[in-house]
Formats: sequence, structure tokens, C-alpha cells
Amino acid sequence: MSDTFQLDGEAVPYSPGQTVLQAALAAGRYIPHLCYHPEFKPHGSCKVCTVKIGGRTAASCTLPAQAGLEIESDTEDMNALRRTLVQMLFAEGNHFCPSCEKSGNCALQALGSDLGVMTAGFRHFYPDRPVDASHPDILLDFNRCILCELCVRASCEVDEKCVFALSGRGITKHLVVNAASGKLADTDIALTDKAMQVCPVGVILQKRVGFAVPIGQRRYDQRPISAQALDDAPRPSSGKGHCTACED
Amino acid sequence: MSTLENKKIRVATTSLAGCFGCHMSLLDIDERLLTLLELVEFDRSPLTDIKHCGPCDVGFIEGGICNAENVHVLREFRDNCKILVAVGACAVTGGLPAQRNHLSLADCLQEVYVTEVSLHNSMIPNDPELPLPLDKVHPLHEVVKVDYFIPGCPPSADTLWKFFTDLLAGRTPSLGVELIRYD
Repeated sequence: MSDTFQLDGEAVPYSPGQTVLQAALAAGRYIPHLCYHPEFKPHGSCKVCTVKIGGRTAASCTLPAQAGLEIESDTEDMNALRRTLVQMLFAEGNHFCPSCEKSGNCALQALGSDLGVMTAGFRHFYPDRPVDASHPDILLDFNRCILCELCVRASCEVDEKCVFALSGRGITKHLVVNAASGKLADTDIALTDKAMQVCPVGVILQKRVGFAVPIGQRRYDQRPISAQALDDAPRPSSGKGHCTACED
Repeated sequence: MSTLENKKIRVATTSLAGCFGCHMSLLDIDERLLTLLELVEFDRSPLTDIKHCGPCDVGFIEGGICNAENVHVLREFRDNCKILVAVGACAVTGGLPAQRNHLSLADCLQEVYVTEVSLHNSMIPNDPELPLPLDKVHPLHEVVKVDYFIPGCPPSADTLWKFFTDLLAGRTPSLGVELIRYD
């Protein structure tokens, strides 16, 4: 813990092996992020944690911390970029917050609100994505998927079941269920799996408990995600960073 | 600003493909309505029953665009209002009515007016006075330029009040994380 880098003009200490985002969060400095989860190896796909370094942009969740880095994060430029990324996610899926049981516990929603996103701005895609209600205890609503791969990572690295995967490329990329039928009922997913706990949005839902905690008393109803994320940040990793089942 | 101080701000409001919930939320500002009425006068609005929007300072629109009449009213507002505000989830995102967007319009009409078992001698309404439904429901900004967006279903009375007071004071409305809600 001897070396430091500069984040918005202030020194942030880091341990060897930490990324800029990990070191910042551990030091109580918030950088907005979405696909990063403190228990898993950084993924670098959503780009919400993008910072400016030496005039160029980089995802801070995968950027190794080094002594002397000069990083700009909380600037109007970077926050405008983050707002645009969140807007694109809202326009690309069907994120209808008023009827979503994840409302108030949703990281995408909380991030939008915290960044001051007032509208998706873009032309909405309104994609046709049927839900998978085949499993007796779990509902999959693909309309809200933001392709963060957290369920894929959790199911592979922690549960060792590889229930989920991403399929397709570019704009056709989508979440699929690893079963011959493609249905969740034909997998061995269980309510106690890590994959059930990590979805930042409302895709993977336990049935019959959706409104057990009323709207208004939920995670991000109490505190904005910028405050909540700092509480969550320093905790031990549960993912192995790779999947033994997939690599065999 | 001196002219503004002498003259009330002229405001128009309407509900397009909405449920009037956002207007109910406006009434929910309670006694602050009296303060508001000292500062603004209403042009076209469900509160005045004026049928067409004249020249206004601010237009507030709830609801998205689901039929041809919505498009006409929206364009009339845009032509007459210096500032146009999309109020609520439907105006901002299409909202509940847009939940039909992944279905074909013909299938929707068939299901609602013909297939539904409780209907007797049913048919799809075809009176020429009825505005034609659009193939898809759209948020306002996909049809005209929108100056401000207030998300929420509905935006709370406090949210609307904060927006009004900021705007009337000549500030860029800024809701902050507490009042920006999408549900």
C-alpha cells in the first residue's frame, strides 16, 4: 500500500494487482460502474466505468493501477459519456420500470437516476424477447438483459453449472440457457445458486416474492448507488476468474 | 425578465396516450396550486377545456403517441409552445401503451375487439371519426423536438413542483437523484 495514483487530482493508494476501479472503491472514491461486481474478475464490457488517462479513455475496471497515473473521472465529459451509455442500454431493451418488480433494486435504474438520465434519448428498439417461465421457481425476463455476463460468470465460476451463456454477435448478441430445449426448467439451476443473486437488472427473478419488500423501501430507495457501491466494494472474491467446467 | 414579472407565464397541458395520472400528480401539489396560479395562466388543458393550444410559454404533455390525433395535437403544441416538456414514463419512453410494440397492431385489435370471449357480435371499431391507431407507440421525442423530460409513473407532486419552481425562477430544472425516478 505504498504507491498511489492521482484520481481527479487526489492521491489514491493501491495494492499490487488492483485495478484502478478496485483501488478507487476501496479508498472510498466512487467511479460509476455497471458490469463490474466486487466478487468477480472484471469484465470490461459495459464501459460505464470509463475514465480519461493521458487524453485517452479506458475502462477503469480492467486498467491496472500503477504509480503516478493521472486519471480524470468525475468530469462533465466522462459523466456525459456514461449517461449516453446508460441511455443506449435503456433504448436497446424493454426497460419498463413502472411494471418491473426489480424497480428500486435495479443497478441500471439506480445508475441512470444518479447520473441524471432524464430520457433514453435514442429511438427505442422495443425488441421482441419472450420470457422463459418454464421453471417452477424462477422467471427469466430477457427484455431487461444488459449482457453484463454476471449470471454467466456466477453460474460457471461459483455454481459450476454453466446454466447461462451469451450467444450471437454484435446487436444480435443475447442471453441463452444452456439446455437442449433452451428452457430454464431443463437445467439444474437452484434458488440457492450464486447466479440467482447477481443480476443487476430484472432478468433472473425468484417467483412469488417480487413485492415482498415494497417499492420505496428497497436498496436504492434508501441511498443512491454511488453511496451503496462504496459499502459493497471491499469484499473477498467468490469467483475463480475462470470456469473449470468450460475449459475442460 | 422584467416583462416576465409583469406577465403570467402561459402554460398548456394535455394527455395523449396517457392515463391522466400525471395530471392527477399535478393536482397533488395541493395548496401549492394557489401559488402556481399566481404565476401561471392555463391555455389548453383538461383544467380549462380550451380545445386548441394557442401561443404559450410552456407546454406539458403526458402520454406517448399511439394514434394520428396524438401526432396532430403534439405538433400543435410544438408549434405554439416555446418550451415543450415530456411528462411521465409514457411521454418519455412510450410507457405502458408501448408494451404492444412487439405485437402486430392487427393482432392486438383482433384480440381485444373480436377474439375476447366476453364480447358479443363484436367488431373492430371503424367509425371515421375515430383517429387511426399507429403501427407502433412512440415517445414524444421520436416525433418532435422535446426540451425537457420528467420521468416517473407518475412523477411525484414534489418532482413536478421542483421542476416548475426551477423553470419559473429562470433556472435550468434540476431534479437530483432523489426526484429522478423511472417507476
